[in-house]
Amino acid sequence: MRDLSLHLMDIIQNSIVAGGTKIDITILAYTKSNELKIIIADNGKGMDEEFLERVTDPFTTTRNTRKVGLGISLLKASAERCEGYLKINSQKGIGTTLETMFKIGNIDRPPLGDIAETIVNILAVNENLNLTLTLSYDDEPFRFDTSEVKSLLGEVAINEYEVLKWIKDYINEGLKVTFGGVLYEIDS
Amino acid sequence: MKSIAELEEIRKKALEKISIRSNSDGYRVVVGMATCGIAAGARPVMTSFVEELQKRNITNTAVTMTGCIGVCRLEPVVEITDPKGEKTTYVKMTAEKAVRIVAEHIVNGRVCIDYTIGYEDKK
Repeated sequence: MRDLSLHLMDIIQNSIVAGGTKIDITILAYTKSNELKIIIADNGKGMDEEFLERVTDPFTTTRNTRKVGLGISLLKASAERCEGYLKINSQKGIGTTLETMFKIGNIDRPPLGDIAETIVNILAVNENLNLTLTLSYDDEPFRFDTSEVKSLLGEVAINEYEVLKWIKDYINEGLKVTFGGVLYEIDS
Repeated sequence: MKSIAELEEIRKKALEKISIRSNSDGYRVVVGMATCGIAAGARPVMTSFVEELQKRNITNTAVTMTGCIGVCRLEPVVEITDPKGEKTTYVKMTAEKAVRIVAEHIVNGRVCIDYTIGYEDKK
């Protein structure tokens, strides 16, 4: 994966396959500790302890076409390459929370990538999904919430092209305001 | 600054458009979006399909995602089902190929043979 937004897309797909209808994404940057954290929480079917233990193993997967599943293991490898970590908490029947950390200044840290495009693509084909995105860097967080958008749109679908375009611009602005000058790949 | 109030304006415009839409069944575009697809570049392919369909004002074609189709070496893979139910599988997709497929296959009904899985495998 070339950047973090592609990893994010992959992990959101896991949540959707697990039957998640509400997904909360949080991206936090801490300058003091030089950390970039990404947290993805869903209300999908969750995993039992035994599966959770082997879930970061590339030879663990729920599909039956093949014996490998690389999504989580790739993200874990990427985080650990940057003095970071990947943690997963899950409760069967309740949901799963995945947290991953990257050291911001690490030379191997992948850039954030096009987070807005990931979110818009997910929403384009999953119109019933409730998704929130919170971006924060020390001060006031930026928040995007599909339920807020939906209540304003009324009978108009969230995956109308004009709406998606607005969401994309809105998130991009949020990213710029929050992480501009903090993450080197985003202009302030 | 973008404000959430702008959605009200977008809503009004969208409602006008919906009323002139035809409901006839069209094509279905399915993009493979598992780890293999995403790593190979499926996201720009999907964006390209959505944008091109919008540009040409094609409203009866649905773009959806699916998991791994099973031929990871040929990702990004896109399956297109025509209104009669005939399925075409395109492989090693790019955003540029998506533009051509919309023009030739979805608009004019001619399959782009040179992008299909059958053509790729004979190489």
